[in-house]
Amino acid sequence: MASTARSVCTAICSLRAFGGKNHRFLSTSLLRLAAGGESDQPPKFMPPTKPVILDSAHKLPVRRFLSPEFIPPRQRTNPLKFALERKDMVKRRTTLNIPEFYVGSILAVTMWDPHASEKTNRFVGICIQRSGKGLGATFVLRNIIDGQGVEICFELYNPRIQQVEVLKLEKRLDDNLLYLRDALPEYSTVDINMKPVPSSISGEVALNQLKVKMKPKPWSKRWERPKYKVQGIRFDLCLSLEKMEEAQKWAQPWLEFDMLKEYDTTSLEESLRQELQEEASK
Amino acid sequence: MSMQVDMAQVRRFGTVLTQMLRLPQHCTFSVSASAAAIQKMTRVRVVDNSTLGTALHHRPPRVIHVYTKNGIGKVGDRVLLAIKGQKKKALIVGHKMPGDRMTPRFDSNNVVLIEDNGNPTGTRIKVPIPTHLRKMEGEYSKLLAIAHRFV
Repeated sequence: MASTARSVCTAICSLRAFGGKNHRFLSTSLLRLAAGGESDQPPKFMPPTKPVILDSAHKLPVRRFLSPEFIPPRQRTNPLKFALERKDMVKRRTTLNIPEFYVGSILAVTMWDPHASEKTNRFVGICIQRSGKGLGATFVLRNIIDGQGVEICFELYNPRIQQVEVLKLEKRLDDNLLYLRDALPEYSTVDINMKPVPSSISGEVALNQLKVKMKPKPWSKRWERPKYKVQGIRFDLCLSLEKMEEAQKWAQPWLEFDMLKEYDTTSLEESLRQELQEEASK
Repeated sequence: MSMQVDMAQVRRFGTVLTQMLRLPQHCTFSVSASAAAIQKMTRVRVVDNSTLGTALHHRPPRVIHVYTKNGIGKVGDRVLLAIKGQKKKALIVGHKMPGDRMTPRFDSNNVVLIEDNGNPTGTRIKVPIPTHLRKMEGEYSKLLAIAHRFV
């Protein structure tokens, strides 16, 4: 059923693309066969059909995305506070384009800097953490410049921010890449003059399955402990099996069954989307 | 013959030792992670090209005094270093401790050696320098002039 629908759709697309005079397009191969069948005359020249470019992006619906700082934390604070902050956030987003990005994406942030020459400062790096809710939401970019690891914690809604560009949109195996501080430097090195990589606005965001190699211990945190739930480290290269088993002593496997800690935000996200659309259409 | 073999082994051992000593960042034995805040006895990294800062020594440079009221050094504060058995003033140009939002945080505690009058000892700074150090343009203009990149 779906395939027939798609073929009908392609036919309609092609009709639309060629207007009325495209009987050649629909029956090219047949005509060519017929021309070859008459052996005494050379086959008549048939111009090849124009290729129809069917953009796969148009088939899939545009990806829906709600920035995580819109979802209020689960606490007893008066919800009015978050509603007012959302209003301000939407207002800020009308002047500043804050694109969709995730931990693991490569961003370039231009910010106003009173001390720099030209009064602006551009920093390119990989996003290693997103935190904070509401107007105080932050993200951390990390890069290695001249062999020196540098991180900057940006506030998303700070008026000093002039432009946020996504150079490469992708996700990584973890929601927090702070372990890149203890990984080999090539994993957090980003070219400063990197050109943006085009990405589609539909479908799933690309997941980078990269697993990093670590520097020798000591690390800033014991990433092998179960509470960090790190997936993106090659532990087999830096820790023995005994050490990994030792780390499992701190596992708390009952926590995932704790129903009081569940925070299901699907219905909340729907209502927030509606609210934001109404705000934006005002 | 055996004497020669012994000498060769000794020489090889010597080269291995020197190679080990040449890797200050990557020790084969475990050392504690460097402190995030710059205070007394913090090990620091000298990032200019002065002979005193780049020379190898068995003891890393340490802060022995911080010229602030609370004893914690931030970017732009002066410290007194114990480096190669000498006392030397230095300026903090980056630290591991996260500061304000929108300001850079570095992976090491960086200092630049300065004379008592604020002039830098070296002629080049190898790593990026935070831009908000430019607030102190009048005092350290010579130091900021030898920096080649700001973040």
